[in-house]
Amino acid sequence: MKAAAQVIMDTGAHAAALAVKSARVDVVPGYPITPQTAIMEALAAMVENGELHARFIPVEGEHSAMAAAVAASAAGARVFTATSANGLLYMHEVLHMASGGRLPVVMCNVNRGIFAPWTLWADHQDSFAQRDTGWIQYHCSSNQEVFNTILQAFRVAEQINIPIMVNFDGFAISHCLMPLTLPPQEDIDRFLPPFEPEWRLDPAHPSSFSNVTMAAEYATFRQMLADDILAAIPLVKQAAREYQEITGMWDGDTIDTYRLEDAEVVALAVNSMAAELRLSVDILRQQGIKAGLLRPRLVVPFPSEDIIQVLPRNAQVMVLDRNYNYGHPGGILAQELKGALFGRRNDITVKNRVMGIGGIDLPRRLMADEIRAMMEE
Amino acid sequence: MTTSIKNLPDTEQVLSGNGACGGCPATMALRIVGKALGPNAIMLLTPSCSVASMGMTPKLGYNWPGLNICFATAGSSASGVIHALEVMKEKGRLPGELPTVFSWVGDGGTYDIGFQSLSAAAERNDNIIHFCYNNEAYSNTGVQRSGATPRGSFTTTTPTGKSQPKKNMALLMLEHNIPYVATATVAYPGDLYDKVVKAKNTPGMKYIEILAPCYLGWQFDMADTVQMSRMAVRSGAWLLWEAENGNISFNNPTAPIINGKKDAAPVEEYLMKQGRFNRLLKGSDAQQRIAEIQGDIDREIAFMRERAKISI
Amino acid sequence: MKSVTKAYRPISWPMKGAGGDTGSWRTHRPVVNVQLCNQCQLCWVYCPEAVIDRYETNIDYRYCKGCGVCATECPTGAISMQKEE
Repeated sequence: MKAAAQVIMDTGAHAAALAVKSARVDVVPGYPITPQTAIMEALAAMVENGELHARFIPVEGEHSAMAAAVAASAAGARVFTATSANGLLYMHEVLHMASGGRLPVVMCNVNRGIFAPWTLWADHQDSFAQRDTGWIQYHCSSNQEVFNTILQAFRVAEQINIPIMVNFDGFAISHCLMPLTLPPQEDIDRFLPPFEPEWRLDPAHPSSFSNVTMAAEYATFRQMLADDILAAIPLVKQAAREYQEITGMWDGDTIDTYRLEDAEVVALAVNSMAAELRLSVDILRQQGIKAGLLRPRLVVPFPSEDIIQVLPRNAQVMVLDRNYNYGHPGGILAQELKGALFGRRNDITVKNRVMGIGGIDLPRRLMADEIRAMMEE
Repeated sequence: MTTSIKNLPDTEQVLSGNGACGGCPATMALRIVGKALGPNAIMLLTPSCSVASMGMTPKLGYNWPGLNICFATAGSSASGVIHALEVMKEKGRLPGELPTVFSWVGDGGTYDIGFQSLSAAAERNDNIIHFCYNNEAYSNTGVQRSGATPRGSFTTTTPTGKSQPKKNMALLMLEHNIPYVATATVAYPGDLYDKVVKAKNTPGMKYIEILAPCYLGWQFDMADTVQMSRMAVRSGAWLLWEAENGNISFNNPTAPIINGKKDAAPVEEYLMKQGRFNRLLKGSDAQQRIAEIQGDIDREIAFMRERAKISI
Repeated sequence: MKSVTKAYRPISWPMKGAGGDTGSWRTHRPVVNVQLCNQCQLCWVYCPEAVIDRYETNIDYRYCKGCGVCATECPTGAISMQKEE
């Protein structure tokens, strides 16, 4: 008889650890940083008590966590690590090695504002600052989506040999309990086959990785990476669809939408604030405003074509950025959106606010009020 | 007994026609390492001369699978590889004998930028060998000072000679309580070979540091690479020792110097042969500065003699 | 946009001459006088380039960089460095 899905109450951080366990990872290098620490604690315990047959490497910093991750991946292992904020920034150099070397590491970044000054709470400056490292970036808005997306991320990363960062907000997601559906392990195994790299460090077939490379070849590698990141979009869609077929769960593919079809005013945001924005949309609808939500799940690659397709005619898009695009007014999502629409959808108006920096609370009424104010500008 | 040269294996893991300078002590040492490790090994390289000389994509001058890694990560990268291999072996996904995982790193990647991750790998006692081929400077980038550059040495960033002594890196590694630490140099290939074989057969973290006199950085004739290595040991500027489970023993020709049966050659002779000490030796305060260098050497000899008396 | 079938990685494969025909770097060539050779193998063990045959003392001039370590270390003076034409 087929095992049934199990429903529990769990935090986002622990949901991430359960997904990693279900993915049957081999190696987990880990270093603590708030608010990510709970993921590493859970995984270390799972390895210790035998629930997860893997190696937990207690490294001395995030730069080493990513170094151990890429090296283990090159040796042929399925690898996971997690970080936040300054930890992610500390990894920066090695993130490029993972993508340039086409090593399909999956990492959770639990979003947190960055130093200085210190803050513990969520904004998206950390992940957006790593936009140009050649990693694919998902952003998730619920505990369940974190669980589902990690499994989808492993599949896509290993298909296309590009590392993937799964982002979600510190505390609002990482530390809050929500209902979590755990599909039976056999379903997950059907969705995510074992990792069989086409290349690995193997003394039987000696080859070396990333020697000095002359300009023409270097440029070719970089072009392939740039092309393949864009080519991930159909794989992301396929993974979401097949995950839905097997588990019945759906969080969107490259994007997620809510009451969008006839919307005149579209709120656009990522992560937990986008979940709250659904409720803001309902409030606006009650007030007679035809509002809708467009939530990119992918930030890298930016799902430009999908956004161009779904935006209703003449819509005003209110982009709520939880990050700064220094040197420009506003945030990075707005810039990405304008870049996508330019010359393609001249009917669309884009307006932008930076909100929720350093974890400032974003309740539904506040965001609904803000969107109404933006309409009048 | 030290393995004699005639008994070293034929195995060649360093392939002819690589990009190293003529007379390069790093490839000289790596050949001996290859004879001891054999082909069933995985090599990790941080940016260094050995990367610059290993061939450009898609050509490789070493007969091992190798991973070029970020400069600061020799310890953590090697840990990543060995843990991956060990768990894959446990899960039945890795046929054959577990390969030896080793890092081949210069003094910059060991003493300086790589110190943190190396220290952590040692503290975890991960099953790897870290080789430091020590040419006492950042030679690959054109000879800049490192933590391994000795006092008085000219580099492009110490134009009047370095004013601080080098640190005793091998001793620092020993104090991580790892099962095997050794020093070696290219003039004594049998000694190096035996130490690598010991490291290969010891589980846990191993550290082997090889003094690699670089004719370009040290400014001597490239034909004299081995001579310079020999003079370093005879003068006591480089001490040959090993520590198995914390117990230090000294190897010839360092042993008689340590136990007082033979005096070390005066350092002046060793310094005179090297252009990197030229400026210092030509100045009016030459005698004082030579005395400082001699003082550093005497202190290390005295310290290591006493440290070796502590056995655990 | 290219279709993605196989990732293109910066991989290198072992071969002699990865740095080219490095014998062209030589200004002086080691020449062995086999009459003087005592088969000690010191030239073989110290050669950084692995171009000296340990038993026959043949030198692979295609890759020998002419560093002269072999000549310096030879205890019988069997190897001399001769200027390249």
